[in-house]
Amino acid sequence: MSAPATQRSTAQVSVNSTVHEFDGPPHTNALDFLRGAGLTAAKEGCAEGECGACAIMVARPDADGTTRWTSVNSCLLPAAALDGQEVITAEGLADAESVHPVQEELAVRGGSQCGYCTPGFICSMAAEYYRPERAEDAIAADHHCGPNGFDIHSLSGNLCRCTGYRPIRDAAYALGQPEAGDTIAQRRQKPAPTSASTDIHRADTATGEPGRYRRPSTLAEALDILAAEPETLVVAGATDWGVEVNIKGARAKSMLAIDRLPELRGIRRTEDYIELGAAHTLSELERELAGSIPLLGKLIPQFASRLIRNAATIGGNLGTGSPIGDAPPALLALEAQLVLTSLQGSRVVDLAEYFTGYRQTVRAAGELITAIRIPLPLAPMTSFQKIAKRRFDDISSVAIGYAVSVEDGVVAKARIGLGGVAATPLRADATEALLEGSAWTLETVHGAAETLAAEGTPMDDHRASAKYRTAMLRSSLERFYAEQEAGR
Amino acid sequence: MSQLSQRPTDPIVGESHHHESAFGHVTGAALYTDDLVGRLAGVLHAYPVQSTQAHAKLNSVDIAPAYEVPGVVRVITAADIPGVNDQGVKHDEPMLPVDEVMFFGQPIVWVLGNDLEAAKAGAAAVAVDYEPLPSLVSVRDAIEAESFHGIQPVIDKGDATGAFADAAHVFEGEFEFAGQEHFYLETQASLAQIDESGQIFVQCSTQHPTETQDIVSHVLGVPAHEVTVQCLRMGGGFGGKEMQPHGYAALAALGAKLTGRPVRLRLNRTLDITMTGKRHGFHSSWKIGFTAEGKILALDATLTADGGWSLDLSEPVLTRAMCHIDNAYWVPNIRVSGRIAKCNKTSQTAFRGFGGPQGMLVMEDILGRVAPKLGLTARELRRRNFYTAGQDTPYYQPVRHPERMEAAWDQVVSTAEVEAREAEIEQFNAGSENVKRAIALTPVKFGISFNLTAFNQGGALVLVYKDGSVLVTHGGTEMGQGLHMKMLQVAATTLGVPLSTVRLAPTRTDKVPNTSATAASSGTDLNGGAVKDACEQILGRLTQVAAGILGAPAHEVSVTRGIVSALSSKKTITWEELINAAYFQRIQLSASGFYRTEGLHWDLSIMTGEPFKYFAYGVAASEVEVNRFDGSYTLRRVDIVHDVGDSLSPLIDLGQIEGGFVQGAGWLTLEDLRWDESDKPSRGRLATQAASTYKIPSFSEAPEVFNVSLLDKAHEEGAVYGSKAVGEPPLMLAFSVREALRDAVAAFGAQPEPGGLGPSVELASPATPEAVFWAIESVRSPAMTVPAPTAAEGLSVPS
Repeated sequence: MSAPATQRSTAQVSVNSTVHEFDGPPHTNALDFLRGAGLTAAKEGCAEGECGACAIMVARPDADGTTRWTSVNSCLLPAAALDGQEVITAEGLADAESVHPVQEELAVRGGSQCGYCTPGFICSMAAEYYRPERAEDAIAADHHCGPNGFDIHSLSGNLCRCTGYRPIRDAAYALGQPEAGDTIAQRRQKPAPTSASTDIHRADTATGEPGRYRRPSTLAEALDILAAEPETLVVAGATDWGVEVNIKGARAKSMLAIDRLPELRGIRRTEDYIELGAAHTLSELERELAGSIPLLGKLIPQFASRLIRNAATIGGNLGTGSPIGDAPPALLALEAQLVLTSLQGSRVVDLAEYFTGYRQTVRAAGELITAIRIPLPLAPMTSFQKIAKRRFDDISSVAIGYAVSVEDGVVAKARIGLGGVAATPLRADATEALLEGSAWTLETVHGAAETLAAEGTPMDDHRASAKYRTAMLRSSLERFYAEQEAGR
Repeated sequence: MSQLSQRPTDPIVGESHHHESAFGHVTGAALYTDDLVGRLAGVLHAYPVQSTQAHAKLNSVDIAPAYEVPGVVRVITAADIPGVNDQGVKHDEPMLPVDEVMFFGQPIVWVLGNDLEAAKAGAAAVAVDYEPLPSLVSVRDAIEAESFHGIQPVIDKGDATGAFADAAHVFEGEFEFAGQEHFYLETQASLAQIDESGQIFVQCSTQHPTETQDIVSHVLGVPAHEVTVQCLRMGGGFGGKEMQPHGYAALAALGAKLTGRPVRLRLNRTLDITMTGKRHGFHSSWKIGFTAEGKILALDATLTADGGWSLDLSEPVLTRAMCHIDNAYWVPNIRVSGRIAKCNKTSQTAFRGFGGPQGMLVMEDILGRVAPKLGLTARELRRRNFYTAGQDTPYYQPVRHPERMEAAWDQVVSTAEVEAREAEIEQFNAGSENVKRAIALTPVKFGISFNLTAFNQGGALVLVYKDGSVLVTHGGTEMGQGLHMKMLQVAATTLGVPLSTVRLAPTRTDKVPNTSATAASSGTDLNGGAVKDACEQILGRLTQVAAGILGAPAHEVSVTRGIVSALSSKKTITWEELINAAYFQRIQLSASGFYRTEGLHWDLSIMTGEPFKYFAYGVAASEVEVNRFDGSYTLRRVDIVHDVGDSLSPLIDLGQIEGGFVQGAGWLTLEDLRWDESDKPSRGRLATQAASTYKIPSFSEAPEVFNVSLLDKAHEEGAVYGSKAVGEPPLMLAFSVREALRDAVAAFGAQPEPGGLGPSVELASPATPEAVFWAIESVRSPAMTVPAPTAAEGLSVPS
């Protein structure tokens, strides 16, 4: 076990190969830190991780021990979280002699008009440009990828109000592979900066309130802190907390960052289950699961945007207890279990038992979600239905996960997870019971429609009417059936 | 060709160039107003106290607690305003309220702090005591209460009342549709200081620096010459920075004057959405008569613009809406009444199209709804009613070049293979129960010029330095539309120098005074005319110098790409040599240029005249696919032919067309402003006040296939180098998306026979997935039709 971190009052961050010192108030986000340091390329467009104008690239560890350039929303990231890290902004991609290929392509193809969103697009594009698998995807010719393997979903978290996106897509698809002497590409071959223990104390300049940001290097250390200071705020990717800070003015006196704890990362497989590290980001799961849990393979590309998925963790999505998170409906259908760990040890809780009320769960003070287990075997028929206004980068009005197995034409097992229709995510128990033992036919599906429509207590809001939400439940099973029939 | 529109040989206009600041954009070197804060010392940050009532009397505002907050330097209230407490041009818009708040979110006082955190904490400490007053939130509330403000103009041509008697078919209906938030990526931003010469210097993200200067000057009670406004560039404007920046600029300037320190006022996204005006939603009621052949005979309509709490630009927006209700169609007998609802919401304002889209939407919605009842496809009904040569608009302006609209239409039908695809779609739909497709075409005819004749003027300042380099300043602002690049091309073309010889300086009111807003798509026409004028003045003087050097008559001298020559002389000299010689001959190497659009006249009192220099035309065909389970849809393919005259800068024009189209599609499908209309304490609050709740199009909404062509043989006599304005008209091409959705919805209904017409479909606007879902439900099971908005409609017998 490594020694606890020494307390410091500032963070040291490498930005575009120059070390900058962060000495602002503790709630300062990375965007304001960069802009305060005179690096004004990254912009604030929304301050809630929706528009991507603030995107930067961060050097993150990859599964094989190398480095992956990862684009994230700097507006949601606490500046202190960058302690010891390496960052590249749009300013850092060009040098005195020449601009970067992504900059060249975007500029000459009319990919910028007002230019305000452009540095963020540049960072998202550059991260995708350096994605190691891109060369293989160029050959595979996935329909989301351009002829050069560029995955257009990598830009799903960047909004442009001027261009209509076509020239940006053309620029992305025109990119070649990094050249031999590209130092940013070469950097990938070495390990990422270690997630060094961090313990930063800062006082808030306005209020004089103390603030502390701690990133322990082991789970034991984190549990010690949590036991001693149960009111400390646990953050992983901070994509939810960052919104609270920026939009609602939330402030924490003490933050405990768990997103880099080695015990909470990685994917483990046993005979009985697949265990997902709680601090694995959704992008890491997407890559490393590679479709091995098909329902998650359907969910993750619809989860927020690439910029968010690069930071948000699977554990964090459950930790917030939100009724409209996209992961719970899918995980409920998969009968997922949570491993909750405290100094007293670990316990395993069914996700179906986890949510107790609006943003309330059974997680006790002093406990961390350390892993999510997906029991095996997996059901053969799965689907994830996300009902939203926008196809990428939106919050569900209703989300429904299915995991169903049919044997000899009869439903052997049905698990249906619902989000957005009650104060908590929930299982469609009555519908499951009705389906199980029934013939898998359109008649059964029609017969169960009203039962499913009655599950949950949806409400009216700006995303959708209660009536629509109910109608979505009513039509959901027929949609699932139609998809399965079409896919046979 | 006119002298204005004629191009010299080998012109630089017409070449494709990327945006003038493109490399600044991609490297982050291009600066925006709020990027400048770090360059100044001692900057104060401003944050407002916002009303938590839709309408209330202010009993008291206790600002003392704010001063208890560490870091708070000053609280600004209405009592601090030394000049006029008004941020608009209609004198109905107090910059800070004195005794009454008019909408939820209205700023009441502003707190200046050493940092933003202190200003926010100070604002939170201010105590406001309200006495709630009755409020009107929806346009229907306002109509019912007869709460209107401003003008109530009427267009009346032919015999709109009598003509219905001759109509074979008469339909009536109502249609209410939503507005739109600008959602420029850069929110409103101002940075004010007292500069080294003692003047008030305001850097501002504004489309209208002169009016920003005017408002700062009257709020502070100082002459305009004490105020300079500079706009480096905007991170998007779309009309939202035509009027809206003024009050914030004035507040920042007032703060700078009161404290002696620079003041930064930048709205975060939520402040911006909850405080600034938006595109007007409208309510319309209409009656339309057709001949037996499906030709429009008469239209009688009432348009009610949802104006919000103050007039702002609602009057000219309404006027333009009324002048565009005809869109591309000949309506011989027409009466249109207009009015502006006054209610307790943000004061709605300019937004790309400026009422034009709203007027045209009413007509396109009517045609889409009634086509099946007339036994025609919507495509045929539209085509049948196009203007033809010799016809004039409802306000008596002759429609010049209507054949270009037909040409664009036919070109789209042919290049987009519309007929073949219609057949394919019919086949697809016959075999697909849950997913249906449709393709729809809609035209655009959009009048170019400010309706108010006086605004149609532009200015420029062109400086040639002794080394031959040229610096251009003009009255227009750059918000991403590529105006600066076009001005560089105009200057280089007129002077005959390479593009690299010319540089453009930021827009400032102490360089070019008394400018019009960069709005109404007119930036290029007005400022291009002025840049050309200034360059021609200089060139006229230089020609004399060149004639002497070359030993040729002056009329033979020409300058092309930096080489000066004359027909009868074998000698050539360079531009730089010519400038050097001119300097030593004491020739003035600078000029201020001016342009006014000739031939315009407009009488608002009777809504007649020729307010527009010309019309811009375009046609779009959109194909959608709709899923019946949730009403979601995808935009599979879009084909556009658009008329930009002879393009000055094709890459930039292409960008305007594509971007305008997608923005229009956002308005009509996705973007959903939801105001709290309940009687709860949150009444009047905008529920969609962040990027997480107000959704603009992302990559997933962009067309999968997007083909755009510029119309051939489109020379425009009345504009600089034969070009046409392009900023606004393409937005309205997005009607094709809405109409395609309508047709796809109809495909879920009972089909009378193969190739027959589906049911008439009513579609809400925005046509969100939820709205499309309910429309599908209504055609699949007619019992579920919501009766309320449709009760007035139906086939009625001519009286």
